[in-house]
Amino acid sequence: MPNKENNTKLGSDRAPASSVASSVEVAKNEKDLGAMVAITIDGKDIKIPFGTTILDAAKKLNIKIPTLCHHEDLKVAGVCRVCVVEVEGQRTLQAACAYPITGPMNIKTYSPKVRKARRHNLDLMLKHHVGECYSCFRNNNCELQTLSKEYGVDFYRFGHDSEPHHDVDKSSYSVVRDMNKCIQCRRCVRTCIDLQEVGALEAINRGPDLDIDTFNSLPLGEVVCINCGQCINRCPTGALRANDPSDEIWAAIEDPKKHVVIQTAPSPRAAIGECFGLPAGTSVTRELNTAMRRCGFDKVFDTNFTADLTIMEEATELLVRLKKALVDKVDVAFPQFTSCSPGWVKFLEHFYPEYTDCLSSCKSPQQMFGAVLKTWYAEKAGIDPKDIVTVALMPCSAKKFECNRPEMNDSGYKDVDYGLTSRELAQMIQETGLDLPNLPPSDFDDPIGEATGAGLIFGATGGVMEAALRSAVEIVTGIKTEDVFANLDIIPVRGFEGVKYMEIVVPAAGPVPEILSKALGGLKDFGFLKGATLKVAVAHGTANAKKVMEDIKAGGKFSQCHFIEFMACPGGCLGGGGQPIPTSPEIRAARTKAIYAEEKTLYSRKSHENPTVNLIYKEFLKDGPCGHKSHKLLHTHYIKRGNKIV
Amino acid sequence: MLASERDQLKSEIIKMAKKHDHHRSGLIPVLQHVQNVSRHISPEAMQDIAEAFKIHPVEVHGVVSFYSFLSTEKKGKFVVRLCRTITCDMAGNEAVGNQLENELGIEFGETTSDGMFTLEFTNCLGMCDQGPAMLVNDDIHTKVTPEKVADIIDGYKNRFGAHVTTGEHS
Amino acid sequence: MTKSANKLVIFSDIDVEKALKNAVKKPRPDIISELRESALKGRGGAGFPTSVKWNLAASAQGERKFVICNADEGEPGTFKDRVLLTDYAEQLIAGMILSGYVVGAKEGIIYLRAEYTYLKHDLEATIEKMRGKKLLGKNAAGKEGFEFDVHIHMGSGAYICGEETALIESLEGHRGEPRNRPPFPVTVGYLGCPTSVNNVETFITALHVVEKGAKWFKTFGTEKSTGTKLFSVSGDCEKPGVYELPMGITIQKLLETVDGTGAKAVQVGGASGICVPAKDFEKALAFEGVATGGSIIVFGQHRDMLEVAINFMEFFCEESCGQCTPCRLGTETLLEGLDLLSEGKCSLKYLRELTSLGETMQVSSKCGLGQSAPNAFLSIIENFKSEIFDTRCSCR
Repeated sequence: MPNKENNTKLGSDRAPASSVASSVEVAKNEKDLGAMVAITIDGKDIKIPFGTTILDAAKKLNIKIPTLCHHEDLKVAGVCRVCVVEVEGQRTLQAACAYPITGPMNIKTYSPKVRKARRHNLDLMLKHHVGECYSCFRNNNCELQTLSKEYGVDFYRFGHDSEPHHDVDKSSYSVVRDMNKCIQCRRCVRTCIDLQEVGALEAINRGPDLDIDTFNSLPLGEVVCINCGQCINRCPTGALRANDPSDEIWAAIEDPKKHVVIQTAPSPRAAIGECFGLPAGTSVTRELNTAMRRCGFDKVFDTNFTADLTIMEEATELLVRLKKALVDKVDVAFPQFTSCSPGWVKFLEHFYPEYTDCLSSCKSPQQMFGAVLKTWYAEKAGIDPKDIVTVALMPCSAKKFECNRPEMNDSGYKDVDYGLTSRELAQMIQETGLDLPNLPPSDFDDPIGEATGAGLIFGATGGVMEAALRSAVEIVTGIKTEDVFANLDIIPVRGFEGVKYMEIVVPAAGPVPEILSKALGGLKDFGFLKGATLKVAVAHGTANAKKVMEDIKAGGKFSQCHFIEFMACPGGCLGGGGQPIPTSPEIRAARTKAIYAEEKTLYSRKSHENPTVNLIYKEFLKDGPCGHKSHKLLHTHYIKRGNKIV
Repeated sequence: MLASERDQLKSEIIKMAKKHDHHRSGLIPVLQHVQNVSRHISPEAMQDIAEAFKIHPVEVHGVVSFYSFLSTEKKGKFVVRLCRTITCDMAGNEAVGNQLENELGIEFGETTSDGMFTLEFTNCLGMCDQGPAMLVNDDIHTKVTPEKVADIIDGYKNRFGAHVTTGEHS
Repeated sequence: MTKSANKLVIFSDIDVEKALKNAVKKPRPDIISELRESALKGRGGAGFPTSVKWNLAASAQGERKFVICNADEGEPGTFKDRVLLTDYAEQLIAGMILSGYVVGAKEGIIYLRAEYTYLKHDLEATIEKMRGKKLLGKNAAGKEGFEFDVHIHMGSGAYICGEETALIESLEGHRGEPRNRPPFPVTVGYLGCPTSVNNVETFITALHVVEKGAKWFKTFGTEKSTGTKLFSVSGDCEKPGVYELPMGITIQKLLETVDGTGAKAVQVGGASGICVPAKDFEKALAFEGVATGGSIIVFGQHRDMLEVAINFMEFFCEESCGQCTPCRLGTETLLEGLDLLSEGKCSLKYLRELTSLGETMQVSSKCGLGQSAPNAFLSIIENFKSEIFDTRCSCR
């Protein structure tokens, strides 16, 4: 029986100073908990549960209180003082985001005193916010800009720096830090330390000298950073951005000698519409294909093809590990960890380097695609691979680092030339004036545009696991997966719980399909797995990954797992650091819904049924999954980085 | 720092952290100890301390940079902290400050080239009735006059020969 | 060590061991009632009723509770705690034991500022001595089943750690950045446990109140501000030092006591307090008058009040934790404004804007530091505007 594990609560002892006090723990006296409190906000009465923040209470009344340091995904800080409100009988204003209501009160959210304070605090923030809006990638999508407009900022009351006071840190392949635009709301700090448990950024110094900085003030590219870009998604200004390659891509497109190919991951298509005014959760897959062609990309392919290929390779790798352990009785590393999330891979390399053997040796779908494009596709299309420029449209900033890993050149060239985020492609499309939502739809290009629903759901947390199980169950048992899981939906691995866990008893043993026979050393059937309990788990967000890893280190239940999916970003790739800003639990839920809805429309939902996957094994990777050639092109190795910088 | 010194310090850090059950409430005592024995908290030490408390080095850096008695830059054997708050100001700390600069041959914020003295300003020392006041390491000196400065400094120079280290009480 | 020049009569008049042993014989509610009756308010400056704080901590649920002595005396012009820690350490620790008994805490922590490291040795000796007398430890103060001990935690140089939630953050190994309140430390404090944080003087005063009775205590002071209070007096007067005086004494009376008459102004409450000009010297030093943690800085006629304001604002720029916008950037902006004034380059219009900003800081900063940082600026500008403009304004 599948069983679920709810394990999302973050430990509070690791919180940075500013966020220890949350709205949760206002009292320990039981009589108060669960009680209802009657309050009045702007003359409207409401009853709310004891401990509700003023901000949440106001939301219930549809009263908008401006915020800046507040973010739904993060612990409360209460530091920007933009959300201050007046509470009758109190001398000072209170931060609505941080004030838990514990008794009846009368609140005013826009009194003259409140508006004056908000305006002053904005004026102060603008003092050192260097950079003009029109040269900023957050222009028209900047919380500071919006607030300045809403509060009628028409001059710099307390002055405005004209000269930058920090060098822009471009040392990282993924994240660019322009601290001249930082307003020290610490959303990035809370993201990096609490949400992701990475610890690249923290508040350094105090008072007016305070800076958000890295350890020892080193360039970001030199410290422990997993490139997940979650800080970018939560920065209210343009202080953090991804390393944008679009100028180089435009140049390649304009170069007649270059054949520019773009592969598109499953998550951008479910989110990029947000950059064009569409509500979150609007899929624009086929309109996007047209847009990319009109931008000038020579071919538009679907990364989901290599997601299917990844499933074949990774599931085979798992079966090989199981066979080695159970049949050959040799030592193999378990659990097997997924390796498609480059943020997660780097997290493990830094914090758990002793577990690199557990990481699947499979490259991510992006890197597999690059290697296939510059070999198989080049051969089929008759193009010299040196003239092929491969671009990967990704929801991810870490993909930029991944494609620049020096070992990622197994095609003989740099497998993937550029990682491009959803935001950056949206910018490119806007530059062409194309109206994405209203473009005529078109399909992916052949021959490798074909993909299954299994590849598509890679975009959501639990998707890789679900895709792998759909194939593995069918291959191992010989029973149709839909006969084991109704409608092919493997619900226990879906959803936003931080850590999910599931057990499956293998009910039957099927014959080893020919395609796997070489990898499995000529084994005839899967008898060695019959009756075994396969244990799998899913974690998303590296804070949750850390919990699982610590449990494994301590020999806990996750150490007994066979296969674990890890995604660096909360929600999986659809919540990636390259996705449209803003992000929130609701936005990520809407994108997830879009992905699962689109999946149902596809011709197949099992990776091993992808005809192009079968074709590539027939034509090109002739010795099958995990065979010699696929090992050369589709697999990689990892670096035990550790977390020592000095 | 010599490799052996780093190892020695690291083992002390681990020992102290263990005494605090590796709980973060032991962090600042450990930082104070490291500051005392090595006169600064080096990046290497911050990293070792972070490891001992299972937190991130950048968090240790954040804490070190917050407190004015902790520093990432190496301080002199004797840190002279002259109070610059209002009453000491009114009592003539400027002249004392000038004389300190003259005697030590450095400006405020600097350390003598022999690594003996660091000269700093500090905020209220709680000796407002006896200003100007200054601290030399943990020792308090009150009603300091420019004439007294040389004697005070000499006193420490001579104590150096007796191997007095920072953090020791006399 | 420097002994205080003025022996504190009332504080000296007690047999600590006897007083403590008597106190812990009383039921806890009786002690709280006595404190309530005495109307004793916190002596650190904020003036929160001690009985309420102890009662909240006592009734808060928690396996583990803490009593913390805030000995992070950093307010410019305040040094009474230094004197108490030096000469009255035994009374302080007895007061903490009493508080531990009332609140139900087993652990007491003295958060001693780094600048007072030279006091640590003697304080530890006093603690050890009291352990020897079995006033600390198991069955503390002879009370069956009551366990209490005290240790010292050193600060590391941050004025903000005098703010109780910043102090707790610092104890927990974080940057000393104040927390959002509520929850207050009495319910969620050190390590998430109910925690009562009191000033050095408050602990000692409480001990005296419980020993000698609320009635005795109320013979001193005013109706709203009961008892005596220690004043740290410095600046332009003949007899600076620590004075124990009844609450409600006028500034003028105090100046007479310390030979500081003829002053131009008095800063009451340190950098975070307000500047009182001579015309207001008849005001009373009390919670209902000019409230103070006890810092009195006397400015003679020759002092330049703008220089004073600049000195205070520099202090806040240095000591702001930098967490919230109004304090981090407001202190800096006010200081820049003062520099403009000093150069004779500040328009009255901009000065009005800065005054208005000061008011915003008072109401919208996250903690008491930011809320009080503009006080000195505002009161000096209000009372000495013409002096400042007469001497500086080049544009007149």
